[in-house]
Amino acid sequence: MADQKQSALAGHLRENGMLLALVAIVVLFSILVAAQGKPMFLQAPNITNIFLQNGHVIILALGMLLIIVAGHIDLSVGSVAAFTGAVAAYLTVELKLPIVVVIPLTLIVGGLIGAAQGYWVAYWRIPSFIVTLAGMLVFRGATLWLLGGQNIGPFPKAFQAMSSGFIPDLTGLEKPHGLTLIVTAIAILVVVWIGVRSRARDAEFGITPEPTGLFWGRTVIIAAAMAFVGWQLASFRGLPNVLIVLAVLTILYAFFTENTVQGRRIYAVGGNEKAAKLSGIRTERLVFFCFVNMGMLAALAGMMVTARLNSATPKAGTGFELDAIAAVFIGGAAMAGGSGTIVGVVIGALIMGVMNMGMSILGVGIDYQQMIKGLVLLAAVIFDVYNKNK
Amino acid sequence: MTALLDMREISMVFPGVKALDRVSLSVEAGEIHAICGENGAGKSTLMKVLSGVYPHGSFEGEITYDGAPLRNRRIHDSEEKGIIIIHQELALIPLLSIAENLFMGNEVATNGVISWPLAMQKTGELLRQVGLNEPPSAVVGKLGVGKQQLIEIAKALSKNVRLLILDEPTAALQEADADRLLDLMLELKAQGVTQIIISHKLNEISRVADRITVIRDGAAVSTLTKAEISEDRIIRDMVGRDMAHRYPEREPNPGEVLFEVEGWSCQHPEQAGRQMIKGVSLNVRKGEIVGIAGLMGTGRTELAMSIFGRSYGKSHAGTVRMHGTPVDVSTVPKAIAAGISYVTEDRKALGLILDEPILRNISLANLAGIASRSILNKRREAQVAESYRKQLAIRTPGVQQKVVNLSGGNQQKVVLSKWLFTNPDLLILDEPTRGIDVGAKFEIYTIMKELAEADRGILMISSEMPELLGMCDRIYVMNEGRIVGELARGEASQEKIMALIVKDVGRAA
Repeated sequence: MADQKQSALAGHLRENGMLLALVAIVVLFSILVAAQGKPMFLQAPNITNIFLQNGHVIILALGMLLIIVAGHIDLSVGSVAAFTGAVAAYLTVELKLPIVVVIPLTLIVGGLIGAAQGYWVAYWRIPSFIVTLAGMLVFRGATLWLLGGQNIGPFPKAFQAMSSGFIPDLTGLEKPHGLTLIVTAIAILVVVWIGVRSRARDAEFGITPEPTGLFWGRTVIIAAAMAFVGWQLASFRGLPNVLIVLAVLTILYAFFTENTVQGRRIYAVGGNEKAAKLSGIRTERLVFFCFVNMGMLAALAGMMVTARLNSATPKAGTGFELDAIAAVFIGGAAMAGGSGTIVGVVIGALIMGVMNMGMSILGVGIDYQQMIKGLVLLAAVIFDVYNKNK
Repeated sequence: MTALLDMREISMVFPGVKALDRVSLSVEAGEIHAICGENGAGKSTLMKVLSGVYPHGSFEGEITYDGAPLRNRRIHDSEEKGIIIIHQELALIPLLSIAENLFMGNEVATNGVISWPLAMQKTGELLRQVGLNEPPSAVVGKLGVGKQQLIEIAKALSKNVRLLILDEPTAALQEADADRLLDLMLELKAQGVTQIIISHKLNEISRVADRITVIRDGAAVSTLTKAEISEDRIIRDMVGRDMAHRYPEREPNPGEVLFEVEGWSCQHPEQAGRQMIKGVSLNVRKGEIVGIAGLMGTGRTELAMSIFGRSYGKSHAGTVRMHGTPVDVSTVPKAIAAGISYVTEDRKALGLILDEPILRNISLANLAGIASRSILNKRREAQVAESYRKQLAIRTPGVQQKVVNLSGGNQQKVVLSKWLFTNPDLLILDEPTRGIDVGAKFEIYTIMKELAEADRGILMISSEMPELLGMCDRIYVMNEGRIVGELARGEASQEKIMALIVKDVGRAA
């Protein structure tokens, strides 16, 4: 029994540890920012900006998690995001296509790029590192070629709204933003309900549940944080569109990875490909799917970044792949594949986002920012390995 | 003579298994000491304790070597004292030359710069010593296993070996190569090298060994001198009980033909044109346990895997019938759908996802069975796993436990559960009791018996002949990719099986 108790606690420790780290980082920056006599760190514009400026990282990280869980890697996502952003810009500005045509078309282009890379990885067993390294170069070049070395922009309002718009207030309350408050309240109830339900299910399956105090302590903190963020956003301009997109995608991917047959199979492929294959799983097809999915998410991220900057540039998306990969590993995924959660990845991406913003407000130079982010990544993974070996 | 090595009361516990239980072993200077015992009896573990794979402190007991206590922190410590172990799986790097392999980690170098002429010259001398006529620059991967074995011995000699441990050195060798190796062992003995040989092959042991220690279920049962060595005695010590009680009683009641293979052939996946399976035909009836006997590397696993969704080989030919109707087994999902399950030989590499919990491993091959419209029902998953845990007596605190923490026998039960959950008509079991202790073996046999009584067909591949003889209603004998004979329960014996194989080898030669 001792063993099992330990492993259940260790599992909770990881998730709680991540959340605790996020809270600690937020608190730390709040104190440091206040100490410099600057306006409150967690004010509405900053909160909004964390999501606007890091939305693409979260979106890329969702796809990257599937790839890494399946035991692969995708280095091309930054270049693919740049290229698809350029495609979207070209279609919108040069061909004057309406946004309802541009978005699906760009997603299809992203999917095709993912398919082209996934084909070699899945069916020819060419290491994904090499295929996507090639893809990184090819699509960076293709971006330059498509843009002719120039920027394309600006965009019509409808396109920009994708990344910088806010949801309309259907309640007509405006100050504070009524719909934002309603959505926040519903979200809090859903989070609490899911927590209680999964705890009840743990007990039913004979998993030692985490201590009641710990569970409610955490749930209260989460609910309070959501209420605070919701109130802040409502008193500013309401929920950003990006946040809605992120929330929907996070829920979808979390459900897919944890509760569907195909999601489960991806973990099996990464855990032991040969055993998965001999258990009747079409491993190639799943790996191929992961790359197609990654391509589409890269296209979505590319459009969002392009819309936010209001122009497609040849340098867009540089280093995105590393941000996404870092978020996945900070979020607790294993390099060897077979493990990692969507929730962990989103928290990982938020940790990076909060650090980016906090350090920028504090006026920390880009040189130190890079070093600190690197050390945080290393520390998160060391923490994991240490826990595993203990 | 004085004892060179004295291991006293060595105990070693792995999670779930007591691998060694107060084993004592004394080896005298200049002798060849054989250790024998069944698979999983603890022979290899004992040698790993000696060589420092398991460092001092990870086991109980004391080791005295050359008059002083031996406390290895790592393998290097024992090697420095001249204790060299040659493992069953050779540790050579196939893409490097003989000379490079010989001095790997022990390079002939001054200040980190390797002197190749000197290394080549030394390699030449060592190769002459072991009687291997190959240039030092030859690439190891291109030599046969027998020659590779000699290179391992040469490597040991280069490290000034005093105690050489050979773990089943002849298991993968042809007879001529094995003979040469045994001769070399006697030569080394004449030069004063003390040796320990782990082997199952009693004829080899009686040829070279001065004394034998028999290990059973992690404990040393007896140490026999040359005069006392007899096959009967060794077998009795190894097995420790009568054959009759090692297998559950069953009354075979075979029904109609369930599974039929006709003219099954396939080629090696990489070497084009090399026929691995040659026109195999066999059948299994409902409620029947059928065995496939044969030496290692005769294509038994390849046959099973090629039938199970063409998981091995290419250019497949032949028909598979279930219940008299031809079925498509061209992919694993199709084979599963046809009612066939294949429990792999290597459960860790091919059967389980070690880092995942028991319940996820059990549901893996039939996720549809716990899902509706592709959405998993985790409650059902837990119930299914729980019911198999009870049914097969998987010893674990709970089905959330990762399988990596289970003992071999319990891991095998998880694999069996996984396949039973696909509700197969035919189970192909490939070495189902390899690496499992005797008690768990009996449980696996009992499960097999119950499956047969439930009218399922079982095709069992095994290298342990007593197991085949004890469990099977019929035994096919396989050699070099062909079926060379079929024996019914009453007429089968170890001698007859060997005779069929030997006759076939003679015919091929």
